[in-house]
Amino acid sequence: MTVSGERASRGPLFPAATDTARRWLPPVAVFVAVLIAWEIYSSGGGFFNPIPAPSAIWAALFEEWTLLSSAALATIVEALGGLVIGTTAALIVGFLTSRWAIARDVLLPLAIGASTIPIIAVAPILNNWFGVLNPLSKMSMAALLVFFPVVINVTRGLVEVGPAKLELMRSYAADETTVMRKLRVPHMLPFFFTALKVGTTLAFIGAIVGEFFGGTSEVLGRVVLQAISGGKFDVAWAAIIIGAVAAILAYVAVTLIERAVIPWYWHIHDEPR
Amino acid sequence: MQQTTEPAVRLSGVEKVFPVKGSEPTVALTGIDLEVGQREFISLIGPSGCGKSTLLRVVGNLIAPSSGTCEVNGKSAEQARLDREYGMVFQAPVLFDWRTVEANVRLPLEVTNVPRDRREALVREKLELVELGGFARHYPHQLSGGMQQRVAIARALALQPSLLLMDEPFGALDEMTRERLNAELLDIWGETGTTVIFVTHSIPEAVFLSTRVVVMSPRPGRIAETIDIDLPHPRGEQTREADRYYELVTEVREAIRGRTAGGADLAARARSDASFG
Repeated sequence: MTVSGERASRGPLFPAATDTARRWLPPVAVFVAVLIAWEIYSSGGGFFNPIPAPSAIWAALFEEWTLLSSAALATIVEALGGLVIGTTAALIVGFLTSRWAIARDVLLPLAIGASTIPIIAVAPILNNWFGVLNPLSKMSMAALLVFFPVVINVTRGLVEVGPAKLELMRSYAADETTVMRKLRVPHMLPFFFTALKVGTTLAFIGAIVGEFFGGTSEVLGRVVLQAISGGKFDVAWAAIIIGAVAAILAYVAVTLIERAVIPWYWHIHDEPR
Repeated sequence: MQQTTEPAVRLSGVEKVFPVKGSEPTVALTGIDLEVGQREFISLIGPSGCGKSTLLRVVGNLIAPSSGTCEVNGKSAEQARLDREYGMVFQAPVLFDWRTVEANVRLPLEVTNVPRDRREALVREKLELVELGGFARHYPHQLSGGMQQRVAIARALALQPSLLLMDEPFGALDEMTRERLNAELLDIWGETGTTVIFVTHSIPEAVFLSTRVVVMSPRPGRIAETIDIDLPHPRGEQTREADRYYELVTEVREAIRGRTAGGADLAARARSDASFG
């Protein structure tokens, strides 16, 4: 708790450009330095080259762009599809469990049970269910991974609002719908976005793992496998990097949505540097 | 605010028993008879465990009594709650982080479907009343503890309640802030004409604010004594220096510690409770 004056003079929601530069410059500089060192090491013809030179990966990216871009697009569709399915299912279960105690007693143990399944082992079964060529089989793999963190956080956010706030609403004779709208949902949103950010990266992992167990060849997971079996490690790494970039962009997108939807939360937690 | 000749609160034979697993049930309140007139300012005071907060919660219909009746403005406490006759202020401000100061004050108006144009006027009026007009767009975390509690008071007043229930609202504040808010609260009480029931640990606070102090004693929680506070209004800094003020403070202190059974142990607890607030 601080005195109003010093906090009231706080700057705008988004830090100024110079602050952004100060924040991002060190990691970017380190990253570039590592790239350069790595390039020099590789071009020296060292006897141990676990990863191709950055220039080789860069070249492979251009040479195989047609394959890589369509594969990336397919994988992104799978991952985002899975993200949407998993998140929607988790929201539905979360709302049911918070609204009705009986749903909590039935569904939450099931959800926790489901989370203990070694999910990678389920991938071949999902391929079998939905058809190995059907992107839905990969989406459901991603959705399974997304579901658990989201449902747990949404339920917590909806339920653990604190007795005092509930008593306040009771003193207004607020009905359950109003309590949901004015108290539980706003309270849940930060929990939800935290889980959604975790879920976004999990969705890409789920989709690519699903691809390893069969399906069309024009997806990132298959491209990696085929490139490796053909000894083309530069292509494999190009595919991996595209996957990583796509996941990062999706993560950034979720963060931007979060900032737009719950600006107050960032106002509290994003301390200026 | 509704006009009625009924007493604001009428408690008769109220008892509250909390079951305790594997032990004797706790009698939090027993034999409570109390009538609070319209526009009174009543303080409930007593050592921890005397049931003063429980009593407030019974009046506010947050919990039901085990036996006995509680009427508010001539109707059941539940009906009074459904008619939105209460304003409540807790020890913690209980503000919603995601709402600005004005949106927090607007909350009860939204919940009770007060027309939109009327809302803004009420919000502005109540914020002016607690002298926070300039902080409407701030978020709660940007305010000091005392300012947050004033927001909570403005929010409680937004519905123009006929009965304001306050559960140690200034208990977490420093002495200077508390004295200032005491004076502000008296002004607000004078302006709004609402009835106040105020739970506190602080004897000076109870004497300064109240028209009547209800002294409670624990195990089982019951009313030990009721002391009329005949200090003239308006009260201010001079009140705290008046001889009569000191007499009444002493009288309340003695009522808490001594006239009830219990002896030195109870008296020590009463003293530490009184200084704790």
